[in-house]
Amino acid sequence: MLAARAQLERDVAEAAGRPLVEVREVSIEFGHQAVLREIEVDIPRGQTLAVIGESGCGKTVLLKTIIGLIRPTSGQVLFDGQDLTRLNDRELTQQRIRFGFVFQNAALFDSMTIGQNVAFPLRQHAKLDDAEIRERVLDRLREVGLSEAVVRKKPAELSGGMRKRVGLARALVLNPELMLYDEPTTGLDPIMSDVINELILRTRQLHTVTSVVVTHDMRTARKVADRVIMVMPLSRLRPDEPQIIFDGPPSELDRSKDRRVTQFVQGEAGERLSELSHESN
Amino acid sequence: MSTADSITPRSREPHAVSAILYEWVADWGALAMEGILAVGDYALFVWRTLAWMFTRLPRKETLLPNFYQVGVLSLPVVALTGTFIGMVLAVQSYNMFADIGLETRLGGVITLSLVRELGPVLAATMLAGRVGSAMAAELGTMRVTEQIDALDSMGANPLNYLVVPRFIACVLLIPTLTIMANFMGVTGGYFYSIVILGIDKHHYLQHSQQFVGGFDLFMGVFKSVFFGAIIAMVSCYRGFHCAPGAEGVGRAATASFVYSFVLILIVDLMLDIVLDGIHHSLWPDGVKLLGP
Repeated sequence: MLAARAQLERDVAEAAGRPLVEVREVSIEFGHQAVLREIEVDIPRGQTLAVIGESGCGKTVLLKTIIGLIRPTSGQVLFDGQDLTRLNDRELTQQRIRFGFVFQNAALFDSMTIGQNVAFPLRQHAKLDDAEIRERVLDRLREVGLSEAVVRKKPAELSGGMRKRVGLARALVLNPELMLYDEPTTGLDPIMSDVINELILRTRQLHTVTSVVVTHDMRTARKVADRVIMVMPLSRLRPDEPQIIFDGPPSELDRSKDRRVTQFVQGEAGERLSELSHESN
Repeated sequence: MSTADSITPRSREPHAVSAILYEWVADWGALAMEGILAVGDYALFVWRTLAWMFTRLPRKETLLPNFYQVGVLSLPVVALTGTFIGMVLAVQSYNMFADIGLETRLGGVITLSLVRELGPVLAATMLAGRVGSAMAAELGTMRVTEQIDALDSMGANPLNYLVVPRFIACVLLIPTLTIMANFMGVTGGYFYSIVILGIDKHHYLQHSQQFVGGFDLFMGVFKSVFFGAIIAMVSCYRGFHCAPGAEGVGRAATASFVYSFVLILIVDLMLDIVLDGIHHSLWPDGVKLLGP
C-alpha cells in the first residue's frame, strides 16, 4: 500500500517536472522531399516558444506535427508523456481538446456565423445548454476585443485582423493547455500586429497556457517569447548539420555567433539573392 | 580508321539499349506503384468513413442540410431530364417500330429502358454533376483554406463531420431521385407517344405492363444505391486530396465528375450481369436480356 502510494507520488512529481511537449528525433518527408530532419525540442509547461525561420523551412509542418495533424515519417511527439504518433483517430481526437490552434488565415468556417464558429468546439465537446454556450462565446469574443455585434456576421464580412481575433477566441473557448499560433501577425498592419501580440501575452496571463508561436516577424518573437528556436531549410544545410541553428532567449538573438541567425534577425538579404537564383537553376 | 574508333560506337550500343530499357521499366514500375498507392489510399478513405459511420452517427444539424442539398435541390433537374429522356426515346424509336407495325410496343421499350438503365444512370449522372462536383469543390476549398485542419484541431473528425453526412444523404436519397426520374421518364414517353404520335393508349399501356415487372423496378433502384455511394466517396475523396490553389479546386471538381461517371458505368455493367444472372436463376422461363 505504502509502496503504491510512493510510486504514485513519484509519478506525479515526474509528470510535474516533465515538459508538456517532447519532440523526439522527428523527421518528415513528403514523397521524396525531406522537410524536417531529426528535430529535438522540449517545451516546458508555461513556456512561450517562438519558432522562427525563413519561408519553406518547415516551421508550420513542425507546428502541425505537434498537434498530430501531420504524422512524422520517423520519431515521436510526446504530449504530456503520451506518444501522439501511436494514437488512433478516436484517441487523437480526444487529446486535441487540450490544444488550441490559431491558423495563419484564421480558417474560420465560412458557412457559419462568427457566433457558430466560436461555439463550434463547445457544441462538439462540452455539455452546456444554449444560454451557457452563448455566454462563453461572448466572454471569449470580448476577451479578444470584439463586441456582440459580430456574432451574427459571416467571416467574409470581417477584416483580416478581426478574423484572426475570432480564430483566437475559437481556439481559447475550451480552455486549452497548449496554444499553437501559425504566423499570427502575417498580413496585418503594424498596429493590428501589435494588438495580436498583446492578445498572445494576455492569453498567457489569463489562462496560464504553454504556447508555440511560429513566426518570421521578429517583433512578435521578441515581444511574446521566453525562448526562440531558429529552423533552417534542409536545402541550405549540409547532411551532418542540425536543422535548429539557434535555441535560446530572444535577448541572445543579436549576440549569436552564427551569421545566418543575425542576418535573419536583422532582415539582411546579403548574398541570399544570388544564392536563390543559384538554387532555382 | 583506327581499331579503337571502329570498336567504340558498337560497344556503347548495348549500354544505350539497356539504359532505355531500364528507364522504361522504371517508369512503368513507378506508374504501377502510384496506381496501387492511390487505390490503397482510396480504400482506406472508404474504410475509415464506414468505420466512423458505424461508430458515431452524425448530428441532425450536419445531416439535414445535406439531405436538402442532395434530395430537394436535385429533384427539379432530375425530373426535367427524366421527362425529356422519356420523350426522346419515343421520338427515336417510333419510326423503326412503326415501319413494322409494332408502334404500340413502344410502351414496353420506353418503360423497360427507363426503369432498368436510363432512370438510375441519369439520376446518378445528374447527382454527380450537380452535387458531386459541388462537394469536391466545397471540401477542396475547405482543404486549401485549412478549414479541414481546423476541424481536426478542434477534435471534430473531418471524416465523421464532413464525409459521413454526405455519404448517408447520397445513399439514402438517390433511390428517391431514381424513382422520380423513372416516373417522369415514363410520363414523358407516354405523353409523346399517345398525345403527339397518336399511338393507341390501351395497347401501349398493356405492353408496358407485360414487359416490365417488379424485378426490373427493384433492379434500377438497387443499382442506384451503389451509384450514390460512388458519387459521395469519389467526390469527398477528391475534395479531401485537393491540390493547393484555385486550379487544384477546379481540377478536384472536374475529376470528381469524370471518375464518378466512369465508375458508375463500370459498376452498372457489373451489376447488370450479376442481377440478370439472379433474375434468370429465379425465373428461368422469363425473358433474359443479357448474354446468349
